[in-house]
Amino acid sequence: MYRTAKGEEIFVIDGHTHFWDGSPANQKNIHGKQFIDCFYAYHSNLSPPSEKWEKEKFEKYDAKTMFDDLFVTGYDDMAILQPTYLTDFYKNGFNTTERNSAMKKSHPDRFILNGAFDPRDGTKGLEDLHALSEKHKLKGVKLYTAEWRGESKGYKLTDKASYQYLEAAQKLGIKNIHVHKGPTIIPLNRDAFDVADIDDVATSFQDLNFIVEHCGLPRLDDFCWIATQETNVYAGLAVALPFIHSRPGYFAHVISELLFWVGPDKILYGSDYGIWTPKWLIDKFMAFEIPADVTKETGSVLSMEAKTKILGLNAARIYGIDVEAQKKKIRAGGGYAHLPEAVHAPR
Amino acid sequence: MKRGVEGRERPRSRSSGDKQSQVWACLRDVMDPELDESVTELNFVTRADVDSKDRVYIEFRLPTYWCAANFSFLMADDMRRAISALDWVKGVSVVLGEHMYADKINAGLAQGRSFQETFGAEADGSLDDLRQTFLVKAFQRRQVALLNHLVGLGLSPAEIVSLTLRELGCLPLDDAGEKLVQRYLERRSVVGPASGDGLAFVDANGARLGADGLAGYLSSLRRVGINAEFNGALCRGLLAARFDLDTPFVPKSRTMPASPGT
Repeated sequence: MYRTAKGEEIFVIDGHTHFWDGSPANQKNIHGKQFIDCFYAYHSNLSPPSEKWEKEKFEKYDAKTMFDDLFVTGYDDMAILQPTYLTDFYKNGFNTTERNSAMKKSHPDRFILNGAFDPRDGTKGLEDLHALSEKHKLKGVKLYTAEWRGESKGYKLTDKASYQYLEAAQKLGIKNIHVHKGPTIIPLNRDAFDVADIDDVATSFQDLNFIVEHCGLPRLDDFCWIATQETNVYAGLAVALPFIHSRPGYFAHVISELLFWVGPDKILYGSDYGIWTPKWLIDKFMAFEIPADVTKETGSVLSMEAKTKILGLNAARIYGIDVEAQKKKIRAGGGYAHLPEAVHAPR
Repeated sequence: MKRGVEGRERPRSRSSGDKQSQVWACLRDVMDPELDESVTELNFVTRADVDSKDRVYIEFRLPTYWCAANFSFLMADDMRRAISALDWVKGVSVVLGEHMYADKINAGLAQGRSFQETFGAEADGSLDDLRQTFLVKAFQRRQVALLNHLVGLGLSPAEIVSLTLRELGCLPLDDAGEKLVQRYLERRSVVGPASGDGLAFVDANGARLGADGLAGYLSSLRRVGINAEFNGALCRGLLAARFDLDTPFVPKSRTMPASPGT
């Protein structure tokens, strides 16, 4: 919960968090080591120095650390757990639904547990998706179209098998399809992170929402074009947001383009925890104003109303969260006891 | 300024130090296709040695283990081509370090194979198409930077769109402006013939720009710049985080004295 100087309470849903194990003990091969090293480089490079973690903590953090970083030190009210399996790189997977479900089980009012599927897993994968959905009552999945699977270095949402899985998701009530389209790992065929296949499936599956994580960066122009044409395509801010610290001028351009093309109702905040932590991201975001010269160019303004939507209301809408009811639950469970009667207004 | 001795007569102009300077000068003109910056400016090149038989050894590394294989291959190929153009060179070895496809790329390079031959079915599209795509993006990015500069100096849209290449070269500009012109001219021929009487500014298809539509044209190019900026900031930062570049990076081989008499 973030409180402004005027006493407004802003309900925060973190659209993108992980509870991973990238430790050496879990690494299967050199790729596993290089994967967590690459994440750590993102973390080191884009975090303010005071927020930088030791490598060992970054490789594997415990449940309490995560809870505190999100909900006690940080302003998150709820967080979506997005799995990243990477079973070719890690013995027990990097960040599986099973691993994440432990967090959900301990704090059911705080977490939304998402699943995952991979269309290359065939009929067995479809059965697993049914079982996973039944067990965890999934409302969303996270897809990594560039994940390696044996000889395959990625897939497209337009593949026939992807359609079968999306049809299954629709039947199971999994409405929110988060798709990693961003710069984190780049496969041999760069098209595996291309945003064009979103266009096709968003038209074909009108009842599903497609949340393009990392807003397709570095192909922002293609993404904005697609998102404008489709009513059910959203932008996830993870990875774009931390530039607010190191390159605020650049972030101003990105958020301006998103506000202009995609609009304030279809942008979702996400910390990408443990790469970055909510406290500093939201402090900076709340204090942020688009500079006058950029506003003049794009006509975009990041109003308080827009910030409120981006930080929580948009995610609440697509995940069917009743904000007032949820606040009551969290308060009843003592979840706000640590909050002083102070405000979090930007300095 | 180019270091080294090319174009000047010196008694030791064919010494190994001078040859090495020529190699560095060649590498300085090789660009990361996506960032449109020199591979030496980006600190990618860690070794550039010449042996007694005039064979050249290049080693380079990239911001992440995962950097796209096609870009990696393309840069290596560009380095090999640039250095092979030196008349005294008897062989070039280019080696990529610490990359997921290092072994495959290095083997392909060593055997003189193409990207497609090296990667087979996993490769999608030839490198020539990719090279052209990014040359056009570089042209657009350099053009929008120069156009914004000229607009800032008070040139009207009508003046700007009717400038010839010769007139562009004669504009009284400060150093920053001169540099923008120079960088733009290096890529102007990507989109069409660039003779002195030709228009200085055309779009990516080589068509002339309209004075009325110039503002709209500039804002449509804006996102090309935003993408490039994102990539540039990210890649520099990741390289620094990966290899600890806090200490200024000086390749071993460059610390060798290059001038005669030392």
